[in-house]
Amino acid sequence: LQFMQRGLDSQTKKQLEEEEKKIISEEHWYLDVPDLKEKESCIIEERSFMRCEDLVYGRMSFKGFNPEIEKLMIQMNSKCKEEEIEVDDKMEADVSDEEMARRYETLVGTIGKKFLRKRDQRVLKDDDEDDDIDEDRNSNIIPSKKAKKMFLKPQD
Amino acid sequence: QYVPVKGDHVIGIVTAKAGDVFKLDVGGSEPASLSYLAFEGATKRNRPNAQVGDLIYGQFLVANKDMEPEMVCIDSSGKSSGMGIIGQDGFLFKVSLGLIRKLLAPKCEIIQELSQLYPFELVLGMNGRIWVKAKTVQQTLIIVNILEACEYMTAEQRRQALAKLSGN
Repeated sequence: LQFMQRGLDSQTKKQLEEEEKKIISEEHWYLDVPDLKEKESCIIEERSFMRCEDLVYGRMSFKGFNPEIEKLMIQMNSKCKEEEIEVDDKMEADVSDEEMARRYETLVGTIGKKFLRKRDQRVLKDDDEDDDIDEDRNSNIIPSKKAKKMFLKPQD
Repeated sequence: QYVPVKGDHVIGIVTAKAGDVFKLDVGGSEPASLSYLAFEGATKRNRPNAQVGDLIYGQFLVANKDMEPEMVCIDSSGKSSGMGIIGQDGFLFKVSLGLIRKLLAPKCEIIQELSQLYPFELVLGMNGRIWVKAKTVQQTLIIVNILEACEYMTAEQRRQALAKLSGN
């Protein structure tokens, strides 16, 4: 066929190709009938019984004969029920929400301390110690350390 | 006659080991194939220990009329979930497919009543095969007989039979 010749330009090739196609397709027979609309079939073919009747898992054990299978039975049969699945999701968290909140609080504190400048760190330390002292003895202990920090104006 | 269906759990009997594959008889028109690697925790070095004549509980991966059916013993997430080689002892027998459907129905009276009798283990294959194991041979045979007869007994007759047994 002419369009297969390598020497010709691609354009002329294409033109020739289209002409050849037209000639060929006119020779093909086709039905002069309007296309049938494809109807969506309402029938689904299902070959397994398991879905039709919601069958239970086939492996069973009774009265503790095989504890692993009894565990499996509960697992498998609860897959059908959504309530159990939700319970499982909650149980899956290793650390409970409360613990998470507690840890996070203290975590922020400890890491925050790291980034304080030295002065602030000393203040923090003294505060803690003062609190301890006050709690231990209910006497009047002057927080002398605090006085050190503040600048005492020399009396004229 | 059982027709293999994809996703069905069945009990198969190992008839041959060929290369990397077991041939299992599942009661259909063709033997099903089961690959060595289709078990939980199986690798090329760690092969499952199944001999000819062993029972295997698995599900169909491929089952259409154009191809040989293929089975696997793990589910889509890679866990065995109860499938695999069925242990030693116990008794395998055949029943009709209709009875299996009855027994696997969500609230099956037969199974509930039987479970009150004594501890036992039961595996039901959709291909009509049931495997039972109880503590003594006698108990096992009693369960087998009840299950076989259940097909034709009415509920009343069944309860009478079970009452006699639990009386003994």
